[in-house]
Amino acid sequence: MLTPILAVIVRDLRLALRRRSDIASVLFFFIIVVSLFPLGVGPEPAQLRKLAPGVLWVAALLATMLSLPRLFADDYRDGTLEQLALAPQPLGLIVLGKIVAHWLISGLPLTLLAPVLGIQFDLSGEALAILTVSLLIGTPALSGIGAIGAALTLGVRGSGVLVSLLILPLYIPVLIFGAGAVDATLTGTGAQAHLSLLAALALAGVFFSPWPSAAALRIALE
Amino acid sequence: MSDRLFNWYRFASPQAFYPLAGRMIPWFWALAALFGIAGLYVGFLVAPTDAQQGEGYRIIFLHVPASWMSMFIYVVMAFWAGLGLAFNFRLSGMMAQALAPTGAMFAFLSLWTGALWGKPMWGTWWVWDARLTSELILLFLYVGFIALQSAIDDPRRADRAGAILALVGVVNIPIIYFSVKWWNTLHQGSSVNLAKSSMASVMLWGMLLCALACWMYSIAVALMRVRRIMLEREKDTQWVREELAREAS
Repeated sequence: MLTPILAVIVRDLRLALRRRSDIASVLFFFIIVVSLFPLGVGPEPAQLRKLAPGVLWVAALLATMLSLPRLFADDYRDGTLEQLALAPQPLGLIVLGKIVAHWLISGLPLTLLAPVLGIQFDLSGEALAILTVSLLIGTPALSGIGAIGAALTLGVRGSGVLVSLLILPLYIPVLIFGAGAVDATLTGTGAQAHLSLLAALALAGVFFSPWPSAAALRIALE
Repeated sequence: MSDRLFNWYRFASPQAFYPLAGRMIPWFWALAALFGIAGLYVGFLVAPTDAQQGEGYRIIFLHVPASWMSMFIYVVMAFWAGLGLAFNFRLSGMMAQALAPTGAMFAFLSLWTGALWGKPMWGTWWVWDARLTSELILLFLYVGFIALQSAIDDPRRADRAGAILALVGVVNIPIIYFSVKWWNTLHQGSSVNLAKSSMASVMLWGMLLCALACWMYSIAVALMRVRRIMLEREKDTQWVREELAREAS
């Protein structure tokens, strides 16, 4: 069961590494959006500290969303997706592999960048640690739920905007618990409850989302 | 043909359902008007003025039914969508598509009347209360469904893609609701707690009558819309041509 998943992950990673600029542009989008906020609301450290969890998480949501079309679109265009759908392995497993690869390409780099950007917002060491942990736990859920939207909008006109309409409302719980974890650390109430719920969302998201995504892909391929 | 007394599956075909829907629509309009008049009569003339909220509370006779309908229609829509996905009924997808705008309208109406109620009661048009926020997200879900359906040209694909989205949404609604509720209690005190005085039974009756009116209205409008969708999608078939010729004459 693991072999097809691993094969898809390795393949997607290799393809992504040959087009590093795609990864870099998503990361720079994240950096730029986060850096815009202090320019918009002013540089007072106290205010920035208060805004930091929400800003970083919303920026991570948007950056993930921007990278979603690439999840299936290239394979759809050159016909690979049809071959994958015809493969004897369940399409759900293949989609799971693609979700994991997508997380390694977008979610993980975002997580690693976040503490650096958090310093711009004058976050304490503890808050930075929780921010990183919350993104580490939460971004897989974003990739998982996002796969459903990417599959549903495959080959549809105006899919870039459409995917945001479909997916952003479903991202709200992840945002609430992710930003809430950092917020709870800042106010001193402890982040553990938030992190547990975030982990639950991520597990459920990654576990269940491949099946509706696979169903949506089959509809798109008809 | 089946030898059962009444074959329900017959009406899964648009051709058989079209005239039936046409016959039902006037009845549902009549019921909507009847319940509406009764509900508004009870709401405006019989129900007493509220001790704490004065006359302003009377907007709940529209607000509460609208909120109920907005949530209920999403579930019904997801039900039809799921049925269509599972059994490939043509009619199910059309029903889901016909229900979505009505549901979105009720979600919007609920937010709007809520704002009108909030201004005199809470002194503000909008608070980030858990119920308001989740109603807003419900409106977003409706908009996403409608946008996805209208972006796909092939109706069969639109139906099935919309069905998956509606089902994913219906699974997510409780998660979203509880996360918003939790977020709300963590971020701010319950400054906006509605004083839950036990509601007078007259008020409850008025509200139930208005809810029934909204219900009948939703059915009537959904049936009218589904009839138009049927004609549009089946425009190349013989029965539509005959139907249109009959309606024109």
